[in-house]
Amino acid sequence: MIVFLQSLMSGVLIGGVYALIGIGLTIIFGVMRVINFAHGDILMIGMYLTYFLFSVFGIDPFLSVAICIPVMFAFGALTQKFFINRMLGALPQNQILLTIGLGLIMSNTIMLLFTSDYKILTTSYSSGSVDLAGISVSQPLAISFFITAAITAALYWFLMKTDIGQAIRATAQDREAAQLMGINVRWTSILAFGIGSALAGTAGALISPTYYIFPQVGSAFTLKAFVITVLGGMGSIVGATLGGIIIGVTESMSAVYISSGWKEVVVYVLFLLVLLFKPSGLMGTSRM
Amino acid sequence: MLKIDKLNFSYGDLKVLWDIDLEVHAGEIVTVVGSNGAGKSTTLKNISRLVRPTSGTLTFGGADLTRLESHEVVELGVVQVPEGRKIFPEMTVTENLRMGSFIKSARGDREANIERVFTLFPRLRERHKQLGGTMSGGEQQMLAIARGLMTNPKLLLLDEPSLGLAPLLVKSIFETITEINRQGVTVLLVEQNVYQSLRIAHRAYVLETGRVVLTGTGEELLGNEHVRKAFLGM
Ligand SMILES: Nc1ncnc2c1ncn2[C@@H]1O[C@H](COP(=O)(O)OP(=O)(O)OP(=O)(O)O)[C@@H](O)[C@H]1O
Ligand SMILES: [Mg+2]
Repeated sequence: MIVFLQSLMSGVLIGGVYALIGIGLTIIFGVMRVINFAHGDILMIGMYLTYFLFSVFGIDPFLSVAICIPVMFAFGALTQKFFINRMLGALPQNQILLTIGLGLIMSNTIMLLFTSDYKILTTSYSSGSVDLAGISVSQPLAISFFITAAITAALYWFLMKTDIGQAIRATAQDREAAQLMGINVRWTSILAFGIGSALAGTAGALISPTYYIFPQVGSAFTLKAFVITVLGGMGSIVGATLGGIIIGVTESMSAVYISSGWKEVVVYVLFLLVLLFKPSGLMGTSRM
Repeated sequence: MLKIDKLNFSYGDLKVLWDIDLEVHAGEIVTVVGSNGAGKSTTLKNISRLVRPTSGTLTFGGADLTRLESHEVVELGVVQVPEGRKIFPEMTVTENLRMGSFIKSARGDREANIERVFTLFPRLRERHKQLGGTMSGGEQQMLAIARGLMTNPKLLLLDEPSLGLAPLLVKSIFETITEINRQGVTVLLVEQNVYQSLRIAHRAYVLETGRVVLTGTGEELLGNEHVRKAFLGM
């Protein structure tokens, strides 16, 4: 029983970070109808930014989230403004090529700057554990979950309650109608890509104390983000939140009860089952 | 107020508008009537800058619309209520209305305007928490017009507001348009319900396969032989 609860708990905790990655991808998709194949590479940049701040200035990886959010937002917004906005009306396959190409440029630039060596970011608490309601969980995971929860709550509030957040949702629901309401959809697209990148970069910062850091780490996360987003329903933020948690729990359970080598397989079987029986994803359409 | 001069437009190789001349003066209700595919919606899309004209000039109060982006056209006071309503489906009635007052110049009047459109369409007040996508066609049409009014438009472009509505509702929508005009909003109304729109319009244009073939006051066109034959079945 304690093993079950323990793996459930750590699944939920890591699922929170997955949710952050998935929410970023789904916001970008919702507003632009573009699948961002550079998503994992943006996360990877977040990891390196955190690593850099830690190794040069000694800034704690969780504190560096406060730097990561604005820097990665600006990075995403500029990428949108200068590259992706030019391709908004283009054929889907060209947009896919563009984001794949941007991702390759990112990972290769990082390789030039930091070499392709694996880096490890070790903090005093990297292998520490805390006691949550009698269940012992990894300390960095627990901290990262609370940061994730706070960011997600703030994002929900922003999208539901502010004019600009509502304008982003309006653009996602009907781009042409949004234009007719005086919403500058180029601007909401820039915001959406900025927010999506900030979320991916933050996820990168949050996992940097527990993952190997290397230039090609992104592609695995792009795939994961895609699975989470499809699972929850493309464009649905609530769906991506759920999808992230479900994937986290599935991975953690199958690592414990089957074997850690099989966890990916179980995730993809789950993914295929959802595609078969509910192709629009768990949420289909939702308010966010 | 609005002046369109020799507007030409093509979708790719398909030319759909030929030398359209059209004018709307402040305070008027002007209607553009024509059958399916005549180019009515395309004309409005050119005004709202959802598409770019091949050639021709479009000005509003002297400002050159062809230099603007669609959100800037809205800021000038030219607001379109599109064909098919295009309500934000996953937003409540109130949220849809809030999006109508997204532009800065309309934000200050948000509460007053919500009150104004709720008075115009009491049904929307009853349904203010309902999701747009779950409303009936008639309710969505009211919401679309109300959302357009939230922007404080000087010129309201209405694309087939009576489409798909029950006869009783059609009548009340046309009455509402007259009422909106009486409150000081200039209206450019695109319709297939030729009889009703000619009755409320000050002036009218008849569009056929992308060309203006007739123009005159609403009354003149109601009495016109060609209009009576082609559109009124008389
Ligand atoms: N996006 C598009 N791409 C290609 N052709 C189009 C497009 N939209 C409209 N058309 C064509 O342009 C012509 C004019 O269409 P438009 O929608 O302006 O007609 P309309 O007068 O509004 O008709 P209706 O009363 O049916 O709404 C039609 O022949 C239509 O098939
Ligand atoms: Mg039309």
